[in-house]
Amino acid sequence: MGGYIGKILRVNLTEGKISTEPLNMELAKKYLSGRGLAGKMFTDEVASDVDALSPENKIFIAAGALTGTNAPTSGRYVVVTKSPLNGVVASSNSGGQWGAHMKFAGYDMVILEGKADRPVYLSIHDDVVEIKDAAHVWGKDVYATTDTLKKEFGDDKVKVLSIGPAGENLSLISAVMNDLYRAAGRSGVGAVMGSKNVKAILVRGTGKVENANPDVMKTVLSSALGKLRENGVTGQGLPTYGTAVLVNIINESGIYPVKNFQESYDAEADLISGETMTANHLIKKDPCYRCPIACGRYSKWEGGEGAGPEYETVWVFGSNSGIHDFDAIHKANDLCNKLGLDTISVGATIAAGMELVQRGYIKPEELDGTPLEFGNAAGMVEWVRKIGYAEGLGAKMALGSYRFAESYGAPELSMTVKKLEIPAYDPRGVQGQGLQFATSNRGGCHVRGYMISPEILGLPEKLDRTSLEGKATWVKIFQDLTAVIDSLGLCLFSSFALGLSDYAALVNAVTGANYTDEELLACGERIWNNERLHNLRVGYSAAEDTLPKRLIQDPIVDGPSKGQTLKLAELLPKYYAERGWDEAGVPTPECLTKLGM
Amino acid sequence: MRVTVKLFATFRDGRFKVEERELPQGSNVLNILEPLNIKPDEVAICLVNGRDVNAQHFLNDGDTIALFPPVGGG
Ligand code: SF4
Repeated sequence: MGGYIGKILRVNLTEGKISTEPLNMELAKKYLSGRGLAGKMFTDEVASDVDALSPENKIFIAAGALTGTNAPTSGRYVVVTKSPLNGVVASSNSGGQWGAHMKFAGYDMVILEGKADRPVYLSIHDDVVEIKDAAHVWGKDVYATTDTLKKEFGDDKVKVLSIGPAGENLSLISAVMNDLYRAAGRSGVGAVMGSKNVKAILVRGTGKVENANPDVMKTVLSSALGKLRENGVTGQGLPTYGTAVLVNIINESGIYPVKNFQESYDAEADLISGETMTANHLIKKDPCYRCPIACGRYSKWEGGEGAGPEYETVWVFGSNSGIHDFDAIHKANDLCNKLGLDTISVGATIAAGMELVQRGYIKPEELDGTPLEFGNAAGMVEWVRKIGYAEGLGAKMALGSYRFAESYGAPELSMTVKKLEIPAYDPRGVQGQGLQFATSNRGGCHVRGYMISPEILGLPEKLDRTSLEGKATWVKIFQDLTAVIDSLGLCLFSSFALGLSDYAALVNAVTGANYTDEELLACGERIWNNERLHNLRVGYSAAEDTLPKRLIQDPIVDGPSKGQTLKLAELLPKYYAERGWDEAGVPTPECLTKLGM
Repeated sequence: MRVTVKLFATFRDGRFKVEERELPQGSNVLNILEPLNIKPDEVAICLVNGRDVNAQHFLNDGDTIALFPPVGGG
């Protein structure tokens, strides 16, 4: 067997019990690994009425079927659990090195269940697994924790995953961090680890991941690498400028949200673009495990240096907060990495706060002297810190923009879908992406089906972003394909250059399976439906497949997309039909039978 | 007629970020690209007033043309 290790590590924190069990290969055939298999095990093992922050919730930290192999971009792992932010399946993935090393240590997945009676960390050195006391690092930031625990482990090759103070404080927008600054960012997964009193997981693996067909793999790999090299986006655009190259493209298309989505074009966006960052801030590229694309940045700013920032981060602390101060954006990003926070949700919550102040909902005396207004960069950075440490109003903001805005009676000012903050694309000017936001299984998220690729970037082919034609079909295929890529443990960015057949060739070569393109895509569809069924069980319905009032009812007010609206009411029924769901968005028995569910 | 030309990413190398151009009536995007020494197949995204168009697209007075090589992210 190649790719899969075939072994799961299960840690019951309540009892302090560590055990291993075989990976269920029958299930893996249908759900692959990573997001798919972990999602299936999660829905099988965790009852839908469990409180996300209770000991009854479980965390599945899973590598993909190809994680740790020589497949390109194969460094990813996923954190699957019940989201404390919105109750849906959280499946936040992250790159870096940690995921590959979990497999080198001999595990496809680590499952955390129960709750430790004191702060602990997990130390995994191949088959030596220990639960250790973490009192001395509790309260410390991610960098200090990583440094201390690495020294304690006594081997520089150990990889560290940890939460920051935000996760300990049960912030619903806290992240799980690995390799210092790589983040399984979304859906509040850091708080679930915090609720279990688990500060960190160290892995040191000396094994390797087998390859079923090394000879076939040579050919498949060389073809994939060739495509990644020759593709303009993966071969040049991303390596040269990083993801922030999108600032100008999205802005010039008139779908670049400004000041909490009140406007959609920023005349000064170039001040914080990927081009400007490359010219003035970039120190070096910083790729994840086995990644020839290397979109990751390592940058300098006034008084510091560190990782990032990514496009979404630049946007959210920049234009969406009315700010064009790159140093402040870097500082906010760096704080999020150290405190263990999701940059998108944190920045969007601060921007919602700025609008709450603008409209008079928040009184000046609530701010303890820290400015919360569009354009105030120093204030914005300080609010990030206050959110991380749950100080003052920061404690309320740490619950995410929905709960925060709702507490002032103005939930409509929270730019969220299913309480998760929407990233940097105004859906009114890009119909497929709008439908994708509304139907994403984890809420407002762009990486469950990145329709920006065809609708703006023209990959794999150019679609008219304003047209509804064919969009339901595209969204379904993109969502299913993304579920496959996530479950293989590859980076979504590889899909700018690679298609379904390339992924099928890779998984077949590595694991020795014989998936046809259709069978592999069906795995993605199964994964999607499994997540949907969970969300319906926890109480979501078609009514929540929607967007904030502002993005549904009001047209775009400025810029090149002025006047455009999202035609969600027309798109949704088409999407449900395309998926084989009934009019209420529930998968039909025929649909589930077809998928063998 | 007068149009605004915006260049991005590597198109800026040795050229400019934003410039105004005076063009005869009936000009199209190709008439912008030629003097800039940018081949049409190097252009991945050509936006005129935010709408994606091809190189044959005819221009009007006051148009803003934004030109991008293959780039992307997320
Ligand atoms: S493309 Fe970027 S995020 Fe993806 S694996 Fe490579 S460096 Fe990591």
